[in-house]
Amino acid sequence: MLLASLLVASFVIFAAMYLAPGNPIAALTGGRSIPPDSIKILEARYHLNEPFLVQYWYWLKNVLHGNLGISITLRENVSTLIASRIWTTAGLVLYASIIILLIGIGLGVVSGLRTGPFDTSTLVVTAVSAAIPAFVAAIFLILVFAVKLGWFPALGNGTSFLDNVRHFTLPAFALAVSSLAIVARVTRASVREEAGREHVQTAVSRGIPTRQVVRRHILRNAAIPVTTISGITVASLIALAAVVEVAFSLNGLGAFLVGSAQSKDLAVVQGISLVLVTAFVVVNVLVDVLYAVLDPRVSLGSRAE
Amino acid sequence: MSATAAAVPAETTSRRSAWTLLKATGPAGIAAAVIILLATLVAIFGPLLAPYDPTLSDLSLSWVAPTGGHLLGFDGQGRDLLSRLLVGARTSILGPLAVVILCMTAGTIIAVTAAWRRGAVDAAISSGIDIMFAFPGILLAVLAASVFGAGLLAAAVALAIAYTPYVARVLRGAALKERSQQYVSALEVQGASATSICMRHLVPNMFPLIVAQSTILFGYAMVDLAAISFLGLGVQPPNPDWGVMISENQSGIVQGYPLSALLPGLCIVLVVVAFNVLGERLFEQAQKARQ
Amino acid sequence: MSASPAGATTTWGVRPNAPLLEVEGLTVRLPVEGSLRDVLRDVTFGIRPGEALGLVGESGSGKSMTARAIDRLLPEGALVEGAVRFEGGDVGSLAGGDLRTYRGRVAMIFQDPRAHVNPVRRIGDFMTEALRTNQGVPTSTAERRAVHMLAQVGIEDGARRLRQYPHELSGGLLQRVMIAAALLTEPRLLLADEPTTALDVTTQAEVMAILNDLRREFDLAMLFITHDLELAAAICDRTVVMYAGQIVEVRSASLLHGDPLHPYTAALAAARPDIGRTARRLRAIPGRPLSAFEAPPGECAFAPRCPHVADECRRGVPGIVELDGGRSRCVRAKELRGKLGVADDG
Repeated sequence: MLLASLLVASFVIFAAMYLAPGNPIAALTGGRSIPPDSIKILEARYHLNEPFLVQYWYWLKNVLHGNLGISITLRENVSTLIASRIWTTAGLVLYASIIILLIGIGLGVVSGLRTGPFDTSTLVVTAVSAAIPAFVAAIFLILVFAVKLGWFPALGNGTSFLDNVRHFTLPAFALAVSSLAIVARVTRASVREEAGREHVQTAVSRGIPTRQVVRRHILRNAAIPVTTISGITVASLIALAAVVEVAFSLNGLGAFLVGSAQSKDLAVVQGISLVLVTAFVVVNVLVDVLYAVLDPRVSLGSRAE
Repeated sequence: MSATAAAVPAETTSRRSAWTLLKATGPAGIAAAVIILLATLVAIFGPLLAPYDPTLSDLSLSWVAPTGGHLLGFDGQGRDLLSRLLVGARTSILGPLAVVILCMTAGTIIAVTAAWRRGAVDAAISSGIDIMFAFPGILLAVLAASVFGAGLLAAAVALAIAYTPYVARVLRGAALKERSQQYVSALEVQGASATSICMRHLVPNMFPLIVAQSTILFGYAMVDLAAISFLGLGVQPPNPDWGVMISENQSGIVQGYPLSALLPGLCIVLVVVAFNVLGERLFEQAQKARQ
Repeated sequence: MSASPAGATTTWGVRPNAPLLEVEGLTVRLPVEGSLRDVLRDVTFGIRPGEALGLVGESGSGKSMTARAIDRLLPEGALVEGAVRFEGGDVGSLAGGDLRTYRGRVAMIFQDPRAHVNPVRRIGDFMTEALRTNQGVPTSTAERRAVHMLAQVGIEDGARRLRQYPHELSGGLLQRVMIAAALLTEPRLLLADEPTTALDVTTQAEVMAILNDLRREFDLAMLFITHDLELAAAICDRTVVMYAGQIVEVRSASLLHGDPLHPYTAALAAARPDIGRTARRLRAIPGRPLSAFEAPPGECAFAPRCPHVADECRRGVPGIVELDGGRSRCVRAKELRGKLGVADDG
């Protein structure tokens, strides 16, 4: 099913060429005028004189061989351009995911297991932070931690690995803020719900110590919906990273994507879109697998709604 | 909903339930609704309320702090900040509104069609929904911008397309449940047409869920659209959209003039929180109504 | 006041008369939406070792709450007065290791097995968890005992079942697993909260038979909760009838149907359709069963629905009257003696 998604997505990305006003050449060049020889090269590479589906087939074959075309603005292979930037984005998404999972799930578990002031304040805090878009968080973080406190740099990738971590911290937090809130809320709700289930009563009635009941019956069962929301959230980070990269001037795929969209460099946009959509689908597949592992009632490929 | 509900005209039920729904959301929900109402008023009357021309730029007044009649000071281009905020509300709020209207309409039609026809049609539509899930909204908007050029319309349509599968999935479940109610078969037997049953009974009975979903969706749309404008691919400068304002004035932060970037951000957060809070509570009410 | 009723009419041989479980003046209030609601009022009874006591009532009567109170499973914030004693010791003050030991000696089985067994863990895990955790029994030994116990409840391929997940078993099988699991810790008392209500009739009979056999084999005392008077009569020695959070009658099971001491019991018995009798119309009790907090204060809770109601019934909450080896909470019990029995309709 997800493979079908990928195929359809790739089709949409490819077909974008034809959706633009004017002919595909205009779309590929972004409306720039280019010499007739270059036009012939483009026609040959994209097989523009063949039927639509044949073109798609050739394009797809190229893609699967790692040939994503040439950037019209930078005159380089799209694949090379992507490869040099992909680790920035991957690192950012990974860093943000760790923050979301650790803090979001942690917060959710603690406030789900108890009532009282901690729980209420968690609810309020998550309600607000869920509404803070990544770029708003970005400027706020830059203001407080980079400008006023000077703990972290405001821009750029950094040089060594440790320096990278330092440079990526604020962006990662900006990216994580709103997703963290959602994960925390869903975790809290799931833990609450599981704690009230009858099978937990059975365990208690047999004298199982509370700590073990929490671990083996409440948390273990709540892990199912928590995994689903975590997976969805991490997947959404893939696209959201672009905003944060732009805000912090990070040299990642997202920033490159946005720049290429502005300069109408379609080949680059198509290439990066493909990579991002593939990553998105891969994460979803992983979530499905995890879900089937965690819940024995479910067979692989189906995810309860 | 028993068969007796069919005796009450569906239109009256919807109107009454709108007000009762709101009251049932409690003080937090009502406060949120008030904020939303204020934001809507500003969005509509912004240009009339603005004390100064939001596009009038005087570079010698760059980043000047609040003085005289300029309650919030100036932005990086020497334009009155308050006026820009008030006028910017228009695109920041009406944009998401367009997205929500588009995808709720499309989503409802798809969901109801799938639920009504059931069988093979439903299976096909459900598969279609699942397949379309692979496109994150922002990505589709970026793709649209690179093909059609940057602009609010392309971005809004792209977002609407990206959200529709999600909406259709949520509504389909509720539509299926309504479909299997007894009053529907009763009406069918009486000879009522499918369209009339759907339009006059099925959809109105899903009203609480539709409203709740729209409210939650508005929050997402607002955040996503503002992000796209921030990236320069949505609303274009010098339009005072809140997302655009943040991007324009970001440089002010490191220079020590954070106000003009922070305030639009605060506006966005405030309105989105209001929509989230209200939406969540409406959602709870919708769940209760279905039981 | 000792809670052991005089003169039980069973003769299984010499039995120590000291009660295994004593419930005395148990009153429970639960916080609901800000206020405290009565759930149980002054519940008093006892169970002797090896005895099967039926607890019968309609929904809201408090029968499940009683079992939960005994097993210390009441929801948070519950206010408990009165005492529950097990083997002489106060249950309410148990904590930590002592409480866990108690839970090993008193086992509870529940109404809906599918909701009460963790769906993501295997049957083997479910059955052996208590043994492994509380008694430190190694897994292999625990599993062997589990397989043996499964055979006792009629499940022959126990080793295979242990590897399965709950959703792979039918409701009836799952309930048998629950019974087997409860018995693994060798309890002295079994609390059975409507164990067959969620099952179809054929399976009901099987599970009841298993319960009955096992009870005698392991010399278990049992508190059998049900809304079905006849079911209780089938396997219990004595029956307690509850209404609106109070005990309204305690009687030997064999006598209860033909010679009830309280109008409510009589009405319950008469309302059940009996395949052996011809009835022109099913006798329903007018009105609906009340919960404890809905009962009109200062009078007999059953007065609004009672066919034998009189002025004296409204003058105060009736006390318990001892009659002919049983007890009744009816002010007119002595008068109505013998007139409450089930007669042919018409």
